[in-house]
Amino acid sequence: MSATDRREFLSRTGKYLLLTGTAAAALEHVLAGRAEAAPGYAEAAHWWGMAIDVEKCIGCGNCVRACKEENDVPREPYYFRTWVERYHVEDGELAHPQVDSPNGGYDGFPERYSAVAATGKTFFVPKLCNHCVDSPCEQVCPVGATFRSPDGVVMVDRKYCLGCRYCVQACPYGCRFIDPRTHVADKCDLCYHRITKGLTTACAEACPTGARQLVDLKDPKDPVHEFLRTRTIQVLKPQMATGPKVFYAGLDGSVR
Amino acid sequence: MAGTPTGGPSSTSRTSFRDVEHLARVAALFLAAVVVFLTAQRLLVPKGFGTLGHYRPGALADNAGRPSAFAGRAACEQCHTDVADTKKKGKHAGVGCEACHGALAAHASDPAAAKPVRPDARTLCVRCHASLVGRPAAFPQIKPAEHVPEGASCLDCHVAHDPGMGGPK
Repeated sequence: MSATDRREFLSRTGKYLLLTGTAAAALEHVLAGRAEAAPGYAEAAHWWGMAIDVEKCIGCGNCVRACKEENDVPREPYYFRTWVERYHVEDGELAHPQVDSPNGGYDGFPERYSAVAATGKTFFVPKLCNHCVDSPCEQVCPVGATFRSPDGVVMVDRKYCLGCRYCVQACPYGCRFIDPRTHVADKCDLCYHRITKGLTTACAEACPTGARQLVDLKDPKDPVHEFLRTRTIQVLKPQMATGPKVFYAGLDGSVR
Repeated sequence: MAGTPTGGPSSTSRTSFRDVEHLARVAALFLAAVVVFLTAQRLLVPKGFGTLGHYRPGALADNAGRPSAFAGRAACEQCHTDVADTKKKGKHAGVGCEACHGALAAHASDPAAAKPVRPDARTLCVRCHASLVGRPAAFPQIKPAEHVPEGASCLDCHVAHDPGMGGPK
């Protein structure tokens, strides 16, 4: 090792040692044990997911706006916990759909396809985290900051996340982003702060047509069971074997 | 002259003694490292980590403890029973209050402090009801330029909470 290298090494080590003070302060509140969960909420009694009726989606963007407001998602057009895609498929061209999602559907959809010279078909597909049972994002997280809760919600421990972005790359559905303000990962947590209090998610609350419904698969009275029994159900990218829990009815084969 | 000694009992024992000293040093260093590691692990790993899975269980309560912006329609209907009754009969029965009125948890927790703004019908209604290719054919859609006379409001003819053609009430 040359003298320069050693000096560099020492100065870098010194900086790291100085930084540990800050890191220690940040860690202090992380180290506190388990805070009190929502009173009266039994995690073991629930298994959350979402049911989406594609044929009911009108592309109004209410869910996207509600989600951003409820969850303080950055308003810039690159950050979404949920968004809506518009698919246009020419007859038989299932492998080559035209997909657009201007600002994730936040401002609604401008008219793009002519109703007069209509060829093919056009429809809207709401997307969000699939809360996979075997989620790739959870598996790649090096520190355990992404995890699946006992009630089936994949969520981020924002105090513990390093912001390494592995999970952003790992998610096959593109459901994650790095919050530009905190530099840690963020994603849909099915409005965990709402569902643990008996409310539905903000997107489902704001959806005017009931195209999206929060479902509890462990609740035998949940209408999802009839939905799953009586409708033709698809999940996104089943070939990835991620075990998605967002169930789509009426989903076209062209949807990725 | 003889060369440097290459063997002999005294030289062998000295070498082996030296080796033991080396081993002891390495062992001491190793032990020290283990102690440092265990101490650091104890200090740095959050309490309860691993009890529910490879994560910090406190994160559940952290995420569950965030504030809400949307109150939920049950909260609205506790006070606005008249509107709830009107809506129940109409085509907007399934539409949540905050789908049109926006997030109003602040109003629900203190009605006097946070007054909701009445939405502007001409911008609000067309979000859903302007005709758009891709909207389900059965969903009621209008062409605003043809359907709504200049300067008129949707509410001149429709009741927002019961939008059938009952006229304004």
